[in-house]
Amino acid sequence: MMISRKLAWLSLPLALGLATSAAAFSACQVTDTGGIDDNSFNQTAWQGVLDAQESLGVEGRFLESQAETDYEANLNSLLGGQCDIILTIGFLLGDATQKAAAANPDQLFSIVDFAYDPPLENVLGQVYATDQAAFLAGYLAAGMTETDVIGVFGGINIPPVTIFMDGLAWGVDHYNSVHGTEVSVLGWDPEAREGLFTNNFESLDDGRAFAQNLYDEGADIVLPVAGPVGLGSAALANELGTDELKIIGVDADLYLTDPERGHVYLTSIMKRMDSTVYQVIEQTMAGEFEGGLIVGTLENGGVDLAPFHDFEGAIPAELKAELTEVRAGIIDGSIAVGGQ
Amino acid sequence: MSLNESLDTARDKLLARAAPGRTEFEDLVVVPLFAVVVALVLGALTMLATGVDMPTIGRSYVALLEGSVGSVNAISETLTAAIPLVFAGLGLALGFRTGLFNIGAEGQLLMGGLAAVIFGFTFSGLPFVLLMPLSLLAGALMGAFYAGIAGYLRAATGAHEVISTIMLNLISYRLLDYMLSLEWVQREGRSDPVSRSVPENAELPRLLEWLDPNLRVHAGVFVMLLAVWVVYWLLFRSKLGFEFRASGANPDAARYAGMRASLIIVLAMCIAGALAGLGGANQVLGVLGRATPGFSAGLGFDAIAVALLGRSHPVGVLFAGLLFGALEAGGRQMQVDAGVSIDLIGIIQALIIVFIAAPLLVRAIFPWGFRRVEKGGS
Repeated sequence: MMISRKLAWLSLPLALGLATSAAAFSACQVTDTGGIDDNSFNQTAWQGVLDAQESLGVEGRFLESQAETDYEANLNSLLGGQCDIILTIGFLLGDATQKAAAANPDQLFSIVDFAYDPPLENVLGQVYATDQAAFLAGYLAAGMTETDVIGVFGGINIPPVTIFMDGLAWGVDHYNSVHGTEVSVLGWDPEAREGLFTNNFESLDDGRAFAQNLYDEGADIVLPVAGPVGLGSAALANELGTDELKIIGVDADLYLTDPERGHVYLTSIMKRMDSTVYQVIEQTMAGEFEGGLIVGTLENGGVDLAPFHDFEGAIPAELKAELTEVRAGIIDGSIAVGGQ
Repeated sequence: MSLNESLDTARDKLLARAAPGRTEFEDLVVVPLFAVVVALVLGALTMLATGVDMPTIGRSYVALLEGSVGSVNAISETLTAAIPLVFAGLGLALGFRTGLFNIGAEGQLLMGGLAAVIFGFTFSGLPFVLLMPLSLLAGALMGAFYAGIAGYLRAATGAHEVISTIMLNLISYRLLDYMLSLEWVQREGRSDPVSRSVPENAELPRLLEWLDPNLRVHAGVFVMLLAVWVVYWLLFRSKLGFEFRASGANPDAARYAGMRASLIIVLAMCIAGALAGLGGANQVLGVLGRATPGFSAGLGFDAIAVALLGRSHPVGVLFAGLLFGALEAGGRQMQVDAGVSIDLIGIIQALIIVFIAAPLLVRAIFPWGFRRVEKGGS
């Protein structure tokens, strides 16, 4: 009690400048662990709110989860009618979001990377056919590798992470069957559903160590699927030089979000959470919110392969042409992404 | 010779700081209070230095207050966050009193929580009156066992408990990862490391659910208060507690007085571990309902700060735990209302510790505060 009185005493003079803001629509976001400035997962989703802030005039707020134990508490502090929509970012928030949605049927939610079965009336899921873009990345990597080994590791063994790894492996397989090569993927076995996982989305040290292990095993291109953890891998590639090790980014175009080490990214598998988040906010503002699912695909631009930037000149024109073909094939369904 | 003497006095001073023999009002109450104030002021300066404007700083501290004690939900969140901190803090405080610098609360908390979850879903057929207390007990026993390893190593081989508990923390993380991938622990239909859910009849009931289903405060509050009383009684009213404190104050004297040093070390570690394990069990049975990697979320390390801030006194630990709980709950509101990074709470907590560890600095900043207290207190 004494302490709180001290607090009140301290904050009174500061509070005089208290400004009340009354925006018409507020979109609140609960991030996953790793921080809002992770250059990839959380940041991409938050970008959608920022875009909406700019062009739709909504008020955006966020709450960072510092540990898995924060999910429920963070959701709780956003409840109570202060948010027109609550966006929860990440598969691991699935349980907490479901619980909050059941307890607060009048509150609208939208969750990235989780699909409820059966769908909840007040939750709109945003999921992505990331394997389509990862398939392209795998095809590209198989065409670019000199050691015939591609490395991959994930954050936690959950579907939105492994879908990247599946796509990569299938893309490499496809390249092998077209060209008769024997490029292998280290770190993920799509049949056994087992592979390399850091079991966190935070440790840059892990990102470095896992990339080093894969490099030691002969990989010259590594795909880290673990949000900011991949920045540690990029730091290693930066030191070794891109002749030795290249990185494939995830979620955002890391060439743009991590400009200091931009040159190490062969490409990025973009999961356009910014565009789906924006779309959800726009829909909700227009009063057209409906529980269910929206799916980002290559066709609707929800997932895509980033430009090659510095590697533009290094990638043979033939390979680029093949990639365009594969891309068209995935979109029109003539190339099946998935167990072939 | 003189070097030895000065080393001895330096050590005595350090020990006196970790576990004061005399309950000096100034040391126990005034220093922590001022430390909190200075930390808040420095926190404001930090915000100012990072380009946050004055109105926002004002708004963020108002939010800090509102989010910690400003509503029923805020108080519920503060209590919820405080429970595991107080448990683990009590364990650490008991260790400090015994002269043991136990860094392993994190691992003990993890293992205790894991044991409580596993016990809960394994014996889900038992009725609530049996299953819930037994799950808590399982957590306490596992925590005691895990801390006991470090205690035994210290007593039997002289391996320093700081090193061994840190190592045991690291082992516990990997052990948890491994356990969560076992078929009988992992939740069905999931490939990621997440345990089966705690059955409803093992859960610590939520106290205010009838008021609002979002209120998370649970019956662990009562277990926590009971633990504060038990530790107080143990430390200051029992023979064993006297032995603990005597060993902490002067191990040599304690040994010459016929106390069994090895046994005391192992016992103190086990009780500390049991308390940390109870903290973990409370967290999984009352809040989380399952175990995931890193569900301890650094609570065991925050608890070190709580024990130090509470001056290793059970009642002090209770208030320190509540303060840290309030900072956590309020910090969330701060980010929501003012958009100030939640990391700032970490900075304020760290600053509090710095000033607690340097009472002379606090006395130098607030000379008037202490003079007045001396007059009033004597």
